[in-house]
Amino acid sequence: MDLEKKILTLIENDAKMSIKTIATILDMEESRVAEILAKLEKDKVILGYSTIIDWDKIGVDGVTAMIDVKLTPEREVGFNRTAERICRFPEVRCVYLMSGTYDLSVIVEGKTMKDVAWFVSHKLSTLDQVQSTVTHFVLKRYKEDNFVFEEPQQDKRLVVSP
Amino acid sequence: MNDMSKYVSSVVKSIPPSGIRKFFDLVSQTEGVISLGVGEPDFVTPWHIIEECFYSLERGYTMYTSNAGLPELREEIAAYQKRKIGVEYSPANEVLVTIGVSEAVDLALRVLLEPGDEVLVPEPCFVSYAPGAVLAYGKPVSVPTYDQDEYRLKPEILERYITPRSKVLVLAYPNNPTGGIMEAGDLQALVDIIKKHDLIVISDEIYCELTYEGKHASIASFPGMRDRTLVMNGFSKAYAMTGWRIGYVCGNKDFISAMHKVHQYTIMCAPIMSQKAAIEALRNGETEMLKMVADYNNRRKIILKGLSEIGLDCFEPKGAFYCFPSIKISGMGSEEFCEKLLMEEQVAVIPGNAFGSVGEGFVRCCYAASISNLENAIEKMGNFLRRHRVA
Repeated sequence: MDLEKKILTLIENDAKMSIKTIATILDMEESRVAEILAKLEKDKVILGYSTIIDWDKIGVDGVTAMIDVKLTPEREVGFNRTAERICRFPEVRCVYLMSGTYDLSVIVEGKTMKDVAWFVSHKLSTLDQVQSTVTHFVLKRYKEDNFVFEEPQQDKRLVVSP
Repeated sequence: MNDMSKYVSSVVKSIPPSGIRKFFDLVSQTEGVISLGVGEPDFVTPWHIIEECFYSLERGYTMYTSNAGLPELREEIAAYQKRKIGVEYSPANEVLVTIGVSEAVDLALRVLLEPGDEVLVPEPCFVSYAPGAVLAYGKPVSVPTYDQDEYRLKPEILERYITPRSKVLVLAYPNNPTGGIMEAGDLQALVDIIKKHDLIVISDEIYCELTYEGKHASIASFPGMRDRTLVMNGFSKAYAMTGWRIGYVCGNKDFISAMHKVHQYTIMCAPIMSQKAAIEALRNGETEMLKMVADYNNRRKIILKGLSEIGLDCFEPKGAFYCFPSIKISGMGSEEFCEKLLMEEQVAVIPGNAFGSVGEGFVRCCYAASISNLENAIEKMGNFLRRHRVA
């Protein structure tokens, strides 16, 4: 268990870290690291590996919206059934159950604002349990999953120092 | 232009230019270098420390402080030393805040040395102790340490270099450039000699938080050693604060008050914004510091394994963020090795002889670099050695 945690901590912010590097840092056999990683994937502890991309930089336009959703809970299943339904839409990137004035926070991505508007008006707000939605469009991304966009990251140190 | 060099004092002229300086010029002219030649963290100072500095400036803390440093900072330093090395210092008169450990070393040598007094400097070591001794009209005496001893200072070797003029012993562990440490047992073996020959110890413990195996110990914590030891430390390495130039020295009040006198006429006080940041580092900086230390330790393992895979012998450094492999298999001297490696593979490491002649045949590699840079550098050094290996 401890080893699993250590491996996960290493790859949390660097999914590309090689098995060899992990093995060196944790002083383990590479085959053992591979085994543990396979197990973590099989057990769905590791759900997948994604890439954080600054699409703007290569001229690909897109729109992200964060939607506050108020729901009517259902007997026995509460919010779960509706939340799971919402998860199934491919344009939905994240779904969270929230404390506070609304119930679900849904993050939706589309190519244009029209795409997102269409999804909200035709798919999301028409679900029986959805009482209301408030849509916030993202204007600029500064930081995502620990990575800062536009960070001047070059090493500012002198190349040689005592 | 007139040649004015005849006006420069002979003492200053007698100090040879730093071996690192020459290499720095060479590296600066080379494009696309992967540098393992730095002597500082690759992290930026943790944000909460920077932010605290901003806040203090906003509230108008832009003035002098008392010469010895802000009382709150001296209190935090005394509390830290008690936690870390188990030695108590009075914040009122046994702690002096300085412009990094560098100033503390300079002050100590100026305060302690009579002309001709000898300073025992175990080498390889950081570059400023010997010139500091010369500038204080003392005489530096190099005491060799060796890789087979993991660069610990051995009592029998130390004794060979002691003369009736010996007055000061420098101990700088964890060590730059070797990464060697001295644990309690190693230090214990020196205590009797230090007392017998009535030496004063300058203990530069700037890398103490960067101890990956074993436990940091200070010579000041041994019975009878507190009053004859000046413990120096600072924020540069542990908290990634090199550019803030902030450090301190703790010791017997007679030494501190003498150093205080020199400090007040030369420096006045350390910058207040750096002192404010240092308070924040000691109060709330441990979590981020430990994260950085864990990262250095990961990289330490990567570089050690890499060096051994390409055939460079290296003892396992247990502290700081350097390793100091032997380059014997290349058949080259340290400077030739570093210049060729730079020219042919654009990897910068520092010639070991820049840290004392006993460092000849070795190079210093700093692993405060990203894992991908370390792996690339190792691969390039491997290519270099395939072409140049003689043994």
